[in-house]
Amino acid sequence: MSWYLAAPVAIPFVTAVLAFLLRNGPAGRWVSLAGSVALLVASGLLMAQVIEHGVIAGQMSNWEAPFGITLVADTLSAVMVVITAITGLATIVYGMGEIRPRIERLGYHALFHAMIAGVCGAFLTGDVFNLYVWFEVMLIASFGLLVIGGNKAQIDAGIKYVALNLVSTLAFLSGIGMLYGLTGTLNMADLHLAVQEVENQALVTVVAMLFMVGFGVKAAVFPLFFWLPAAYHTPSFSVSAVFAGLLTKVGVYALMRMFTLVFVGDVGFTHEILLWVSAATMLTGVLGAAAQSEFRKILSFHIISQIGYMTLGLALYTPLGLAGGVFYLVHHIIVKANLFLVAGVAQKAAGHNELARIGGLYKAAPFLGLLFIIPAFSLAGFPPLSGFWAKFVVVKASLELEYWFIAFVALLVGLLTIYSMTKIWAAAFWKPHPDGYEPKLSRIPPGDLWPMLLPIVALAVMTMIIGLFPEVFVQLAETAAVQLLDPTHYVETVLGEVAR
Amino acid sequence: MEIVVSILIGLLFATAVYLMLARNFLRFLFGLILLSNAANLVIFAAGRMTEGAPALIPYGALTPDGEIANALPQALVLTAIVIGFGLFAFALVLAFQAYRSLGTLDSDEMRVAEPREEIAGEARE
Repeated sequence: MSWYLAAPVAIPFVTAVLAFLLRNGPAGRWVSLAGSVALLVASGLLMAQVIEHGVIAGQMSNWEAPFGITLVADTLSAVMVVITAITGLATIVYGMGEIRPRIERLGYHALFHAMIAGVCGAFLTGDVFNLYVWFEVMLIASFGLLVIGGNKAQIDAGIKYVALNLVSTLAFLSGIGMLYGLTGTLNMADLHLAVQEVENQALVTVVAMLFMVGFGVKAAVFPLFFWLPAAYHTPSFSVSAVFAGLLTKVGVYALMRMFTLVFVGDVGFTHEILLWVSAATMLTGVLGAAAQSEFRKILSFHIISQIGYMTLGLALYTPLGLAGGVFYLVHHIIVKANLFLVAGVAQKAAGHNELARIGGLYKAAPFLGLLFIIPAFSLAGFPPLSGFWAKFVVVKASLELEYWFIAFVALLVGLLTIYSMTKIWAAAFWKPHPDGYEPKLSRIPPGDLWPMLLPIVALAVMTMIIGLFPEVFVQLAETAAVQLLDPTHYVETVLGEVAR
Repeated sequence: MEIVVSILIGLLFATAVYLMLARNFLRFLFGLILLSNAANLVIFAAGRMTEGAPALIPYGALTPDGEIANALPQALVLTAIVIGFGLFAFALVLAFQAYRSLGTLDSDEMRVAEPREEIAGEARE
């Protein structure tokens, strides 16, 4: 059983080492691709195991929980690992067309896979301190990816990204210290039991707030998101796509995990904060996007506004709400990564990323227009695309609890999202190019173009499939939500007979 | 003993926050390393302090005799120190690189990625 759990962490690490050794030639690129495919296979096997057995757990080096490090996969973890593998593969394929050998020689593929290992590790671990370690693995690799190549804008963005993320990590670390002081354990399943026995529950809530701030910065929720729009438009498109798809979602995942498994003693207080934070996140994100005029900056602000929907699902704390949050996570990762990839092709075809300085893309490449429209409308929540169902479930869950205002904000933000998407559409695709320059896809060499278009098409098809057959995915999300809300099975699987 | 360490942690946190409020990125980094040491001490203190009882098991025995110090926080702190050291080294190199390519360490002056004059809808150079 442990092998299924360890493989999604081990495969990217092995790939990273091999890719680093082979970074000077084309072999590194192919190793990297092979590693991504292997990860996808391993994550599929893990998913199959989880569907068959429910929650599965493995004790590393056979140290019994709660003393050793436990890897656990419930439905949420398994889904997240699968989606990580999909995004990783899509980005690596895209990078075949985008990433230049100069960047590869600097160790691009090694950093990329080290980051993926960190992400998968964070999704699979059942130990709070181990979660911190995975966060760091992911962070330090992402620092490298952000500044690789080292142009001025990247360094500038790197400073802000590094500074704020390090602060959040330290909040998280202090939280771990205090939680350990209160309970004497670090295993999440054991914490679920131990936290209930702490006499001074107010202290637990204080520690919960440290965790909320730590994860909140990572997830880029209001008012802790400022590092994100400062950084995500500067690196290469492959890097910003994988950042946009995965990194903030690790924060959301950690929030979902800790605030359903450990910090549930005072839901009326903690989740009420999350609720209003979510509403503010949705609104500020979408309004920030409306003020921007650069392709990737608009998309970056939309990440923030969409994060609000996911944390809203958690804040509602009902089976339907959490199911909506999980569904939203999956939908969002696919759609958002795809939009950044499209932005890359648009930039290469039209010569710039500033909306005022490009245009005429629809005339030049109607197919690219279609590929933009699918994820863009999905993001805004048009039926029958995946975003519609994601929003539908979250809004329905908030209406069921009679949070009229929150539901109103969620719908309004959907409307404003269309505004931003039409802005990109009108400026980049419809209006003629301001400099009289003919944008052409044929400006990109075919050897570069096809690896770039292939993942875009694949991700767009996935969005359509989720949109057309939502039952399967909603059911999966509901299973995940039920497991989150009732962690008995999770705790018993991890602790075995020790569970009281 | 815990009281003394707690006060020390409080002082470290306060100094760190003060330094991190500075606009100079280097001062911010010094604040950060103080903060990371404070966080490490939090873990150390949270594991309870036992004086003069090293976490050693006598040769041949399977369990220690009597009360010994908690070894887990030491392992955690060691891990955190190593990670913190790596991150700090990276941040320091980044600061140096920023100074070389941007010519400043004042975070208010770092506007390459987000130009000040940028107004929605207007082209920028």
